[in-house]
Amino acid sequence: MDLFEYQGKDLFAAAGLPVLPSRLVRDAADAERAAGELGFPVAVKAQVLTGGRGKAGGVRVVRGPEELRETVETILGLTIKGKPVRAVLLERGAAVLRELYLAITLDRHAKSPLVIFSTRGGMDIEQVATDDPAALLRPPLHAASQSCDEACRAVVAAAGLHDLGLDEALADVVRRLWALYRERDASLLEINPLAVVDDPVRLIALDAKVTIDDNALYRQPDLAAQRPDEDARERAAREAGVTYLTLDGDIGVLGNGAGLVMSTLDMIGAAGGAAADFCDIGGGARADRIAAALDIITADERTRALLINIFGGITRGDEVARGVLAWSAGRDIDLPLVVRLDGNNAAEGLRLLAEAAIDGLAVTQSAQEAVAAVVSAAAEDRRLA
Amino acid sequence: MSILVDGGSRVLVQGMTGREGSFHTERMLAAGTAVVAGVTPGKGGQTACGLPVFDTVREAVAAAGADVSVIFVPARFAKAAVLEAAQGGVRVAVLITEGIPVRDMSEAAAELGLDDGPVGRRPFVLVGPNCPGIVTPGGCNAGIMAASLFAPGEVGIVSRSGTLTYEIAMGLTRAGLGQSTCVGMGGDPVHGLGFQECLELFEADPQTEAVVLVGEIGGDDEERAAAYAAAHLSKPVVAYVAGFTAPPGKRMGHAGAIISGSSGTAAGKARALEDAGVPVARRPDAVPALVAEALGRRREKD
Repeated sequence: MDLFEYQGKDLFAAAGLPVLPSRLVRDAADAERAAGELGFPVAVKAQVLTGGRGKAGGVRVVRGPEELRETVETILGLTIKGKPVRAVLLERGAAVLRELYLAITLDRHAKSPLVIFSTRGGMDIEQVATDDPAALLRPPLHAASQSCDEACRAVVAAAGLHDLGLDEALADVVRRLWALYRERDASLLEINPLAVVDDPVRLIALDAKVTIDDNALYRQPDLAAQRPDEDARERAAREAGVTYLTLDGDIGVLGNGAGLVMSTLDMIGAAGGAAADFCDIGGGARADRIAAALDIITADERTRALLINIFGGITRGDEVARGVLAWSAGRDIDLPLVVRLDGNNAAEGLRLLAEAAIDGLAVTQSAQEAVAAVVSAAAEDRRLA
Repeated sequence: MSILVDGGSRVLVQGMTGREGSFHTERMLAAGTAVVAGVTPGKGGQTACGLPVFDTVREAVAAAGADVSVIFVPARFAKAAVLEAAQGGVRVAVLITEGIPVRDMSEAAAELGLDDGPVGRRPFVLVGPNCPGIVTPGGCNAGIMAASLFAPGEVGIVSRSGTLTYEIAMGLTRAGLGQSTCVGMGGDPVHGLGFQECLELFEADPQTEAVVLVGEIGGDDEERAAAYAAAHLSKPVVAYVAGFTAPPGKRMGHAGAIISGSSGTAAGKARALEDAGVPVARRPDAVPALVAEALGRRREKD
């Protein structure tokens, strides 16, 4: 689960990490009140769950009250990488002397977290990582230990803040960040920039990117309660116990197992199609779960054709067929539906579906044939539209 | 021969008295697996699925001679169950449970020194979590895979995905290519055995003549396996990678299946594998022909 910057800053503040005073606002009138409390200059920052907002014009510094209203309204009108800006954070301005980068995340290979640090923080950190990987220091942390002394020493030595008298302040930031990572089950804590600001000279976390491990939300109830709004289909899927994800195309995909679904999307792509969304029904799904998944996936108006790709291991092909039949009973199916069944009890499932002879329903045992059929059905529908 | 489990394996099930545990215990027994005991704290002395239940792994190992544990406990108890399996004396633990916090698995790995030493000499190995288990066809089904899809033979499979393993194993079986052992290593970002370690075990296994590696987006296990195969493997490896059309930043069902920035892409993995001389199938159903070809070349050389 990704947190908005303002939620991340609240966590940072509670953990004793240095942040500037700020207020979350949703319209220009709110902003004028908040700016009155914070004083000028003030930074106006779009709250969106995506990177690259600075380059998209989502962060502006306002020097006085006259430009505030227009700036706030402009940023609230932005859509950044497909995400509409619904709120902005107003943050007291500061004179930035240097921009550092500091993060803690998982090193999958080491099965343990690590610190990532660079003296070249700011908007171009991804470019730095690509062009000059040596500019990123990557000291390991030890999953089973509270201590991070070695990582602190490495970061302090690389930062070169000794002359500014900030060595201990930097070590303190690393220690607090590591404690926060462990205590809140984070999978990413990123401060970019971790700024050296003037008047007085000190370190400030100017941004906060926080990802919490979804699997640990049961023991972080206050964070679980902050889950950003899902759309109706995502909520229905979570409640039905299936995985649902929205994509950009026009073919609905229902499958069992994450790998099989990804493979199905790839085959659709290779055949010239694209999936609108997918539903992974997991292992051992019964007819009712299959019918619920079909409801969720056909609620997407972009869908021109539907592919059900099931390879039965624990899931039984006849059970899948019963789910499809129960769902289609008494309704006009207004989009082409292709079912591919193989594996456990597939023959019985294919027989049930063939017997029912539903209009617009094609059945096959081969994934390749099913993909070809659904891609051409979607293309035909696009042509007629 | 085979890797990790075989007809001599004696399996205990942690969490056997639960719904999932008892359902899959019956299936393992039906597949001919020697399941010998269950473990559920507080239920020692009872029976389940016709087998004795013990309070602890240590007791089950001592009384029933179990050497493999299949774990079905709820996510919040999974870390403790893994530590208990290791300390209780089993050689292999298969952690089926999904939804375990990453911190718990990181801590378990650190506390157990899971990666210390060459895999062939470790006293304890973990497979999973969030995995379908291990099948040695005709010998042992330690997990939740459907044994009927597999046939004994000489192809090893190691995979991050359950249903794709079925699809590929069934394709091999239909093409007359049986399997030595199939390992479902699981879809979580922190897991026990990885591709490289399984390649190492398959290389040392006299029954295995070729290995199929089934990867997906996220992490760099495939890239590391490619480098390892190029440097150390005499047996041919064939790969399939899922997720070419997956958008960056979205978790594709498995917790570990996510492209971060430009790293962990299917294209990058396929390139690394092909550069290492490992052919990569473009579709699951193209795997058997590539395996047959690789086996043919290997026999010509002999």
